[in-house]
Amino acid sequence: MANPVLAIEDLTVSFDGFKAVDALNLYVEANELRVVIGPNGAGKTTLLDLICGRTRATAGTIKFKNRELTRMAEHQIVRAGVGRKFQTPSIYENLTVFQNLELSFPRGRGVFGCVAFKLTPDVENRVHEIAKMIFLEDRLGDQADLLSHGQKQWLEIGMLLMQDPELLMLDEPVAGMSVAERKQTADLLNKISDNRAVIVIEHDMEFVKNIAHRVTVLHQGKILAEGSMDKVQADPRVIEVYLGH
Amino acid sequence: MKLMYERILGGKQGMMGLVVLCALLFVVLPLTFDLFRLNLIGKYLSYAFVAVGLVLCWGYGGILSLGQGVFFGLGGYCMAMFLKLEASDPESTKIQSTPGIPDFMDWNQLTALPKFWEPFHSFTFTMFAMLAVPALVAFILAVAMFKRRVGGVYFAIITQAVAAILTILIIGQQGLTGGVNGMTDLKTLHGWDIRTDSAKYILYFVNCVLLVGAILVSRYILSGKLGLLLLAMRDKEERVRFSGYDVSNFKIFVFVNAAMISAIGGAMFVLQVGFMSPSLVGIIPSIEMVIFAAVGGRMSLIGAVYGTLLVNFGKTYFSESFPQLWLFLMSALFISVVMFFPNGLAGLYEKYGKAWIEKRIGAWRNRGAAPRPAPQQT
Amino acid sequence: MDGMSLSDIGGILAMQGFNGLSLFCVLLLMALGLAIIFGQMGVINMAHGEFMTIGAYTTFLSSHVASNYFPALASSYFLLAIVASFIIAFGLGYLVEYLMIRHLYRRPLDTLLATWGLSLGMQQAFRSTFGAKEVSATLPDWLMGSWQPTAGVDIPLNGLFVMALTIVLTGGILLLLFRSDFGLQVRATVQNRTMANAVGINTKLVDRITFALGCGIAGIAGAAFTTIGSTGPTSGSLYIVDTFLVVVFGGAQSLLGTVASAFGIAQAQSISEFFMTSSMAKVLTLAAVILILLIRPEGLLRVKVRR
Repeated sequence: MANPVLAIEDLTVSFDGFKAVDALNLYVEANELRVVIGPNGAGKTTLLDLICGRTRATAGTIKFKNRELTRMAEHQIVRAGVGRKFQTPSIYENLTVFQNLELSFPRGRGVFGCVAFKLTPDVENRVHEIAKMIFLEDRLGDQADLLSHGQKQWLEIGMLLMQDPELLMLDEPVAGMSVAERKQTADLLNKISDNRAVIVIEHDMEFVKNIAHRVTVLHQGKILAEGSMDKVQADPRVIEVYLGH
Repeated sequence: MKLMYERILGGKQGMMGLVVLCALLFVVLPLTFDLFRLNLIGKYLSYAFVAVGLVLCWGYGGILSLGQGVFFGLGGYCMAMFLKLEASDPESTKIQSTPGIPDFMDWNQLTALPKFWEPFHSFTFTMFAMLAVPALVAFILAVAMFKRRVGGVYFAIITQAVAAILTILIIGQQGLTGGVNGMTDLKTLHGWDIRTDSAKYILYFVNCVLLVGAILVSRYILSGKLGLLLLAMRDKEERVRFSGYDVSNFKIFVFVNAAMISAIGGAMFVLQVGFMSPSLVGIIPSIEMVIFAAVGGRMSLIGAVYGTLLVNFGKTYFSESFPQLWLFLMSALFISVVMFFPNGLAGLYEKYGKAWIEKRIGAWRNRGAAPRPAPQQT
Repeated sequence: MDGMSLSDIGGILAMQGFNGLSLFCVLLLMALGLAIIFGQMGVINMAHGEFMTIGAYTTFLSSHVASNYFPALASSYFLLAIVASFIIAFGLGYLVEYLMIRHLYRRPLDTLLATWGLSLGMQQAFRSTFGAKEVSATLPDWLMGSWQPTAGVDIPLNGLFVMALTIVLTGGILLLLFRSDFGLQVRATVQNRTMANAVGINTKLVDRITFALGCGIAGIAGAAFTTIGSTGPTSGSLYIVDTFLVVVFGGAQSLLGTVASAFGIAQAQSISEFFMTSSMAKVLTLAAVILILLIRPEGLLRVKVRR
């Protein structure tokens, strides 16, 4: 593969002897939308935790644009261009939609930058632009805890888009969404993966088919299969372990 | 101008609150009370600095510090050391075995001024140390704990332990610090006698000016993105971290600020009351200062001042007339504020007071107007 | 050091070591109740010292009643007093949990403040009832005096009693938590409240009893302390910070850690007292504990939890 933007090699993390991720090798290209699927406990969320720094690896390397992520602090990894959405919507419930997005703007992240931060037009414009993309532009003044579950998921995606990351990682972005909302989210993801690498963890196979460029199947911390959706769906091992007959 | 108005003065709402507070501090109180009582109020207002600092680090930052007495004390002791040295010139201390050093050192058979006391001959140094020493201590504590993600209850208990340690150290090192009696007999600040009536008036107003200044500075800090971020951190610290912010830096920042504000309060205390002792440093005074902020409303800078005044008035009044009752009252106050009024007086005002005031203003505005015709029946 | 023979030094070491052990027992007795409440439930009870004082005052009252009305019980009342201390402290703890603590479970900092307020009220209640002066219980004869295994080694009997009580109590608590049905319910509630509720455990009641148990143990500790010192309204506050540090230092979740931590801190303090003033020894110990906590915030024994 041509120079991958994310190169994971021999990644292992063990909790008291249990290997949640076991000598994993994974490569993601820029502009690729990779979906990671697999049964529960396969290590999918742990993989994202390791990349964004929430969990420390026991062994192995994670190179993002040739920078070694395993040695960096979480906020430094974010500033390097990695954005991560959590399984349960992780937004600021007591602030407005506008404020949620404003806080995610990648300027004034240091203490003094924060104190001196001014809400200039470029920030406002970007907030409006992103709000439009995530279907929330008429909810900007509302407090975030008033949004529906699906809208909260969109808000979190929007917060990540504000950061303009080069690697976007989404953990079950359509969980709890209606069919219509899933279609909207699929369109959104296809649009935003145009100029960045995206990793998505999902269980909804229809949704996966709509968005995936390539699919990786994890099982017991290791890669079981990898390839296009058709190839993976036809793989007998995958059917055995996850997809069912 | 907009910056001034919005961020420092707090817009229309904030301005009103500030005006009322200033009217109270600068006009009403000095006119109502005699000098003796006013001096007492000045003492309470020096505690208010700590409460304001707590609004910053506890109300907004979510960091409960049960050791703010440490910073109040450090600031106060720095000022006291300067004043003590000035009061211990060789002329006034000529009856001592070693003239020229503070009396408690003489009583403890010290024959020379300890090295670390020397720089406090200089007023400039004292002003600097008064802010720098507490800031440094706060910085070290904060870095050590927040970088390791120690928070909440553990942090609170450790601050208690630090307060205990400092108290024991001060009391134990009688020769260096005056021990349990503290530093007393403070007379002049750069030749200006701080015990005269005019001095007390001046110091009262200086105290108020500084207090309002501290509130304005804190407002500026809290009204921008930083205030928003602190609220976000209290809600979902992880999300803030994963949005590219080094969370610990912000906690360190507010904690150090709170420490410096408390230190100014300590220095003003020494100037107005004329002494400093370890009884203002330890666990009990520290937790009392938390109650001042809690009663006033931990999210309200102006509320902190009112809370301090109210609790201290209560304390003085009740412990004179009904000493036994006072401690029960304090206990009940603690428990009820925590359980039922988490936003203190400010919260009550927001909920009930504002509506009542607006109704009164509305009624006053409509006075003399003809009664409205009854709605047409259809 | 002239004139000191080896056996003299041995005697001094034995007594110093015994002092350390004594302090260890004191810290451990206090920390046990707190370890249960804080370690298992994450609740901060700043009034823990006052529950201890309740036990001490109960013992004093029992002693008073025994010597004035039932002289025949002069020797045996003490053990009854310990039981009474437990019951009263347990009952009060039960009430406090019901009225106050259970509303504050999600707000640990607020629990801290509210229980501090409670401790103020309790202290004033003691002052109003028993007076501000310190009081002492009249100890039964079998607790007075000392044991002299060899010449020059003088081990006070009350210290031995406290030690024995500590061992019995610690053993009892470990048995209760790890071998009994109730202990199973407590651990289940702590580890996964929702599931515990789902399988029919009355978690609210478990919480209440656990809190009351911690308070009851504090009561026993208070009773034990009457053998070592006198009791006043503020006796509880003397040790509250130490006790918390012991629990936190040992790793809040681990009872064994609490034991180890109490031992370590007690030895550190008594050994330092040999070389410097007791206030400096205290400062040194506190500072060392804080330093170590800063390096290793989880404490000595960490219970490893998978995220």
